[in-house]
Amino acid sequence: MSLDILSCDLLVVGAGPAGLAAATRAAGLGLATVLIDEQPAPGGQIYRAVSSTPVQARDILGADYWHGLGLLQPFFDSGAKHLASATVWSINRRDGDAGFEVAYSVATPGQDPQAALLHCRHIVLATGAQERPFPIPGWTLPGVITAGAAQILLKTSGVVPEGRTVLAGGGPLLYLLAWQYLNAGVRIEAILETAPPGQWRKALPFAWGFLRSPYLGKGLKLLRAVRAAVPIVQGVTSLEAIADATGQVGQLRYEAGGQGRTIAVDQLLLHQGVVPNTNLSRAIGAEHEWSERQDCWQPVVDAWGASSVPQLTIAGDGAGIAGAAAAEHRGRIAAVHAAAALGCIDSATRDREAAPHRAALTLATRGREFFEALYQAPPQFRRPVGDTIVCRCEEATAEQVRHAARLGCQGPNQLKAFLRCGMGPCQGRFCGLTVTELIADEQQRHPREVGYYRLRFPTKPVTLGEIASLPQTDHSRQSVVRFRK
Amino acid sequence: MFRRLDAGTSAPRPVRITVDGQALDCREGDSVAAALFAGGIAACRDTAVSGAARGPFCMMGVCYDCLVGIDGRPNQQACMTRVRDGMAVERQIGAREVAV
Repeated sequence: MSLDILSCDLLVVGAGPAGLAAATRAAGLGLATVLIDEQPAPGGQIYRAVSSTPVQARDILGADYWHGLGLLQPFFDSGAKHLASATVWSINRRDGDAGFEVAYSVATPGQDPQAALLHCRHIVLATGAQERPFPIPGWTLPGVITAGAAQILLKTSGVVPEGRTVLAGGGPLLYLLAWQYLNAGVRIEAILETAPPGQWRKALPFAWGFLRSPYLGKGLKLLRAVRAAVPIVQGVTSLEAIADATGQVGQLRYEAGGQGRTIAVDQLLLHQGVVPNTNLSRAIGAEHEWSERQDCWQPVVDAWGASSVPQLTIAGDGAGIAGAAAAEHRGRIAAVHAAAALGCIDSATRDREAAPHRAALTLATRGREFFEALYQAPPQFRRPVGDTIVCRCEEATAEQVRHAARLGCQGPNQLKAFLRCGMGPCQGRFCGLTVTELIADEQQRHPREVGYYRLRFPTKPVTLGEIASLPQTDHSRQSVVRFRK
Repeated sequence: MFRRLDAGTSAPRPVRITVDGQALDCREGDSVAAALFAGGIAACRDTAVSGAARGPFCMMGVCYDCLVGIDGRPNQQACMTRVRDGMAVERQIGAREVAV
């Protein structure tokens, strides 16, 4: 039955800029390469639907989005195999140096997902980023979505908000979305900026890098356009979404400069930056560290993207947030590293191959410290209080988490026993960071010491039927029939 | 409320699904969640814990707030499923029942 198991040199997980670039380069170097991605078409979130979007007027989404088109053809021509609409949910090391056995499920329209196994000698995780949790009162109401979700609606379907739309939070994506809405003729009621006044002073030491970076020209032009067209409320210190009679968001209460105000809204788009999506790298047992600059966890990787797990390389925002342009170069560096690790090229070739990508990466990341400092999410929006829901799945509140921490709950794992926090279908993706920070806050510990959920496979919910549909391996057969021997 | 952009967009093939038995016109390439938003539906389920209304939140398969029934299968992620002609979408009210 092992004939049913797909086999390759390199598995790349995620078809964003890092994954596409990694798979293309690896296949080009002669590795039998498979790219698995959850979406039906490659592009990741940043280049989501770039080959199929109904938004054809190029100036709406902007040149940076259309750059993604250039990654597609080289990938399709590379010989790498593309498994679309496929979700990896388990990765296990095989005996000795044999690499990994990977379980994934493929979504087929109108049918139950089909699970399958794959054997590979090396893995490049390119799982990208997700929105940082932004737990304010009312953030679970229908009509409140993330700015990233709103941008996906625009890219995939040309769907945009109408009526009274407010964007709240901070960070480049919030302004990019506002700019794209302006280009599309979409009216925005207001942007509520949560960066504290004077935050720019913290960013100032990094200004030199920013001044020499490609962000400067683009960023200022974009900000100028948004500022000219949209009322911006600076220094917002609290936010609360309030339901109307239909149970959807109808009002937004906020405080700025010590003044409270309430405005009517039809939808609220929230954003306070993105964080690495680390569920796979965590479950496989890779070491992670707390990023002081970005207030989030990221895998520990070296200059090649190599993690603490042998034969596991991590590229792109999943290895630490650095943006789409950087992700592409990190993907190529990871591919070259994997090729050398698999004995396909020698180390001199590896270094020569990587050199131009390293130079490009340095350019692409120059200036990032500046807006990391400028847009650092304020503590009160990362560390909520009271009845604000923290775990969206199990509806655990900030006060419940804080209370458990005051009772002596040792960390996120014990918290699961107290509150079921992190045990719902999202498996901690939207509460993990908040839970770490709340326990740290209550116990006056550093997030690093508090730690994170111990994640296990399957990293996404699967049905028993999917597991049962897996092909039988020698291991599984022996584990069931061993007692008969 | 959300709407579809007209200016600057191509018009993909129309697709018709039903939501709780009501016809909803959408477009090829839409996820079920995008079709719901474009059809004026922001809430798609009630939570199993408190019964609170929820709707699609992240649109990228992370939050599981967009769970709906699709063609008789409960707990499907609306943001990860493409629309198909004749697809029957049911909003999920209350906890799921396990078929025995």
